[in-house]
Amino acid sequence: MISTPDTITPEIVAEHGLTPDEYETILAAMGRTPNLTELGIFSVMWSEHCSYKSSRIHLKTLPTEAPWVICGPGENAGIIDIGDDDAAIFKMESHNHPSFIEPYQGAATGVGGILRDVFTMGARPVANLNALRFGAPDHAKTRHLVAGVVHGIGGYGNCVGVPTVGGEVNFHPAYNGNILVNAMTVGVAKTDKIFYSAAAGIGNPVVYVGSKTGRDGIHGATMASAEFTDDSEEKRPTVQVGDPFTEKLLIEACLELMSSDAIVAIQDMGAAGLTSSSVEMASKGGVGLELNLDAVPCRETGMVPYEMMLSESQERMLMILKPGREAEAEAIFRKWELDFAVIGTVTETGRLVLKFEGQTAADIPLAPLADKAPLYDRPHVETPKRAPLGAVPESADLAADLVKLIGSADIASRRWVWEQYDHMVGADTVQRPGGDSAVVRVHGTRKGLAITTDCTPRYCFADPFEGGKQAVAEAYRNLSAVGATPLAITNCLNFGNPQRPEIMGQFVGCVSGMGAASKALDFPVVSGNVSLYNETNGVGILPTPAIGGVGLLKDYTSSATIAFKAAGEPIWLVGTRAEGHLGQSIWLREIHGREDGPPPPVDLDAERKAGEYVRKLISEGKATAVHDISDGGLLVTIAEMALAGGTGAALEALTTAEAFGEDQGLYVVTAPEDALSGAPVPVKRIGTTGGDAVTVGTTTVTLATLRDAYEGFFPTLMGRDS
Amino acid sequence: MKSAVIVFPGSNCDRDMAVALREVTGRAPAMVWHRETVLPDVDVIALPGGFSYGDYLRTGAISAQSPIMAAVKRAAEQGRFVLGVCNGFQVLTETGLLPGALMRNAGLDFVCRDVPLTVENTQTAFTSAYKAGETIHIPVAHHDGNYFADTDTLDRIEGEGRVVFRYAEDVNGAQRRIAGIVNETGNVLGMMPHPERAIEVAQGGTDGRRLFEGLVRAFVDA
Repeated sequence: MISTPDTITPEIVAEHGLTPDEYETILAAMGRTPNLTELGIFSVMWSEHCSYKSSRIHLKTLPTEAPWVICGPGENAGIIDIGDDDAAIFKMESHNHPSFIEPYQGAATGVGGILRDVFTMGARPVANLNALRFGAPDHAKTRHLVAGVVHGIGGYGNCVGVPTVGGEVNFHPAYNGNILVNAMTVGVAKTDKIFYSAAAGIGNPVVYVGSKTGRDGIHGATMASAEFTDDSEEKRPTVQVGDPFTEKLLIEACLELMSSDAIVAIQDMGAAGLTSSSVEMASKGGVGLELNLDAVPCRETGMVPYEMMLSESQERMLMILKPGREAEAEAIFRKWELDFAVIGTVTETGRLVLKFEGQTAADIPLAPLADKAPLYDRPHVETPKRAPLGAVPESADLAADLVKLIGSADIASRRWVWEQYDHMVGADTVQRPGGDSAVVRVHGTRKGLAITTDCTPRYCFADPFEGGKQAVAEAYRNLSAVGATPLAITNCLNFGNPQRPEIMGQFVGCVSGMGAASKALDFPVVSGNVSLYNETNGVGILPTPAIGGVGLLKDYTSSATIAFKAAGEPIWLVGTRAEGHLGQSIWLREIHGREDGPPPPVDLDAERKAGEYVRKLISEGKATAVHDISDGGLLVTIAEMALAGGTGAALEALTTAEAFGEDQGLYVVTAPEDALSGAPVPVKRIGTTGGDAVTVGTTTVTLATLRDAYEGFFPTLMGRDS
Repeated sequence: MKSAVIVFPGSNCDRDMAVALREVTGRAPAMVWHRETVLPDVDVIALPGGFSYGDYLRTGAISAQSPIMAAVKRAAEQGRFVLGVCNGFQVLTETGLLPGALMRNAGLDFVCRDVPLTVENTQTAFTSAYKAGETIHIPVAHHDGNYFADTDTLDRIEGEGRVVFRYAEDVNGAQRRIAGIVNETGNVLGMMPHPERAIEVAQGGTDGRRLFEGLVRAFVDA
C-alpha cells in the first residue's frame, strides 16, 4: 500500500526514480511543493520509458520522411500509404523487464499493449511479430523463460484473433539476466479513417472505456527505467495481468465506434496508464483536462487518486467525444459488455486538474510537464574498432560444419515456436513463418504486406555503426527477397544503462548506422520505442536495435519463397561477394568458440542495387526461389532452401570463407539458364538443384541428416523435463 | 443456399467463415449476434472458431448458454444444417448437440499447422464432395482439441459412421484420432480443423472448399 506522507522527503523523491535536480525542476514548474499524486504523475512522465530523456536528441537524427509516409514518430504508431486509400499502421515496443520477472504475463501484455497502439489509430490489426532474445540455451532460467514468453504471446495473440506471423528468436549469454521481448503489430485502415490523440474542443467529454482500473502495474514504467538487481523477483507485483478476451471486445467496440464520426481523439492507456494518456492527449492538443476520478471504473474498493493515476491495468482506452455523442458510444461499449464512463471534460486552462471526493487531488500545469521534461546529452564514447580477424584454419569438413550450424541455437528451425501461434487466423496469411518475410494480404485485395524483424546484436556489439546499418539493411533484404518494395521501418532500441558512456556510445553508434542505412535505402523510420537499463548487476545486454520492416507487394501472387521448387534448376549468387567475411560469423562462434573480428561491412549502394534487381526478377516471374544470405552464410542459406523444398543441391567447391562467411547484400536465387543475362549487379552460377543431399565439391550431406539437426534443436531444448 | 454465422463475444474466425461461405455459395451469410433469439431463414448455420468468452470456465461452456443457442438447437432438431468449427465444435458439445468433450491438447501446447485428415464417411452433406478414405490437408489451430468420450459412446458413434474426419497422425491426443463427428441425423457437424482456412491456393491448400461445395450441392440436388 502507498502511504500518504505529509511532506515530500528526498527519500520519496528517490523512490520515484527522480534525481534531486529533476525534483528542483518540478518545484519550479509547480510553484509549490507537489502532493504525492502530483509527484507520481511527474515521476512516470519523466521516466526514461515515457520521456526518452536519454535518447531523444539522437532519435531526432533518424530519417522519418518519404512521400508515402502519412505519419512519422510521435503518435501511437507510424502510418504509411499503401495505395488505393489504404494505410498500414505499425509499431514495435519492448516488454523486457516484465517478461523477465513474469514471462507469461510480461509477454502477453506486451502483445496487448502494441495491439492497442495500432487499433487506437483506427486500424484493424492484421499481423503480430515478436523479436525475442534469451540467454544461453543451457542457462538455468532459459527454458522457463522461453516457455513462458512463447505461451504468453500465443495465449494473448491467439485469443484476440490476430495472426502471429513472424519474428526472431536468438540466444546469447549476454541476455542471461535480461531477456528481450519486442512485440510488433501491423494494422490496416482507410486513409480517411485514421484517428489521432490530440485532445480538442473545449467542453467535450472525456470518456474512459475498457476494463476497470485495479492496483496492478503501479510503477511499471518506473520499474522499466531502472537496472535489475538480484531482488528483481520482488518486483513481480509491478507486472500487469492481461485479458485478451477483453482486448478482443475492445478492438471490435472501438472499430465499431470509429466507423461513425463521434470520436475527436483517442489514445490507449499503456505505460503509466491514465496519467500518460491524459497528459499526452491534452499536451498534443494544447488544452487542459479536468477529470473526476470518482467516475473512474475501479476493480477494487478504496482506490486513491495516486493509485488510479499510476495503475497500468490493461485493456483501457481514453477518448474525447464530440458533444452529445455519449449515448451512441455508450450503447456500442455496453453491447460489447465493456465499461464506459464519462470521467471529465476538455478545458481551456492548460492544466490537468483531478477531482476526487469533492477535493482537488492534483492541479498540474501541462506545458512545463511536457516542455521541462528532462533532456540529457549523456556522455558517450565510441566503441573501439575490432582488430582484423587474421587467418583462420580452413574447415576440416564443410558438410560436418554445416550440420553443426544448421542445428545451432541461432539458426535451427523455430517451428516449435510458431506452431504455438495461430499464424493463419484472418485467412489472409499468404506466406507463413519460416521464410524471409511473412506476407499478409490486404483483405479483399491483391496487395500483400511483407513484414520482417531483424537485428544481429553480435555485429552491433563489435561495431555499433556497422551493426545498426546491417539491421536496417537485413530488413530491406528480407522484404526484397519475397518481392516486396521496402517502405518503412519501426524499431525497438534495447540497450544497457545510458549513464555509462560506453553503453551510450553503443546507442549513438547504432542510431547513426541505422540512420545512414535508412537514408541510403529510402526506408524511413515511422515509429519506435527505446528500452534502456537492460542490465542486471551492472552487466549490459548486447546492443540490440531491433528493426521491424514493412514492404508492399502490388500483387501477392507474384511473390517468391525460399523453397527450391524443382530439380535441375540453376542456382545463382546475386550481389557483390567480397572476401568471404568470417569475423563475428556463426561459423567462427560455433566451430571455434570465438566471437572475434569486425562484423561484415554493409555497402549500402550495392545493397540497394541487389535488392532492386531481385525484386525485378520476382515481379517478372523469373526467380523460382529466393533467399537472402545472413546468419551462417551461403551454405546455411542453401540448406534452408533445400529443406524447405525437399530438393537438394550440388554446388561447386567452396572455401570456408565462401561457404560460411556472412558477407552482406547477397541473395541466392534459382532461375532458368538465361534469365539473369544482362544483370546490372554481379551474378554467378554456383550450382544446380536436385537430389536428396547438399553436395559441395566432393563433400556431401543428406537432407535427412540436415533436417534432423535443423528441426531437433528446439524440441530437444524445450523437452528436457517433459 | 442461405447461411448464417453466429457471432459470440470473442469469436475470431467469424469473418473467415463468412468469407468462405460467400466465396462458395455466392451469397453473403447473415451475421447473427449471440443475443438474438430468432434465426433468419437460412439453410446452414455456422458456429465459428475463436475464443468465445475467452475460453473462461471451459471452452464453449458460456456461449452454449447464449440466447441464440436455443434457436440453434431447435433448428438442428428440425433438420437444418449446423456446422461448428473449432470453438464452434466445443460449443456444440457443451450444448449437447454432439456427444463428448474437447479437452486440453495432450501435449499441453497450442498447435497451429496443416494436418492430414482421413475422410471416413462421405454419406453426409458436409462430406459428399470428398472421396471415401481420401486424405485431405486442413489447418488446425487450437489448444483444446483433444476429443474425449466414454468407450460406449465412441463405439456407438464409430458404429453409426458418425466419425467423419479422423487425423491421419496424432495431433492432440484425441481418442481414436477423432477430428470431426456428426449427430445421429447427420445434419450437425463439429470439427476441430478449419475448412474455412483452406479455400484458396494462396492460403496453402483448397481441401476445405469441398466441404462447403458439398453443402451447396445438397441444396441444388434437393
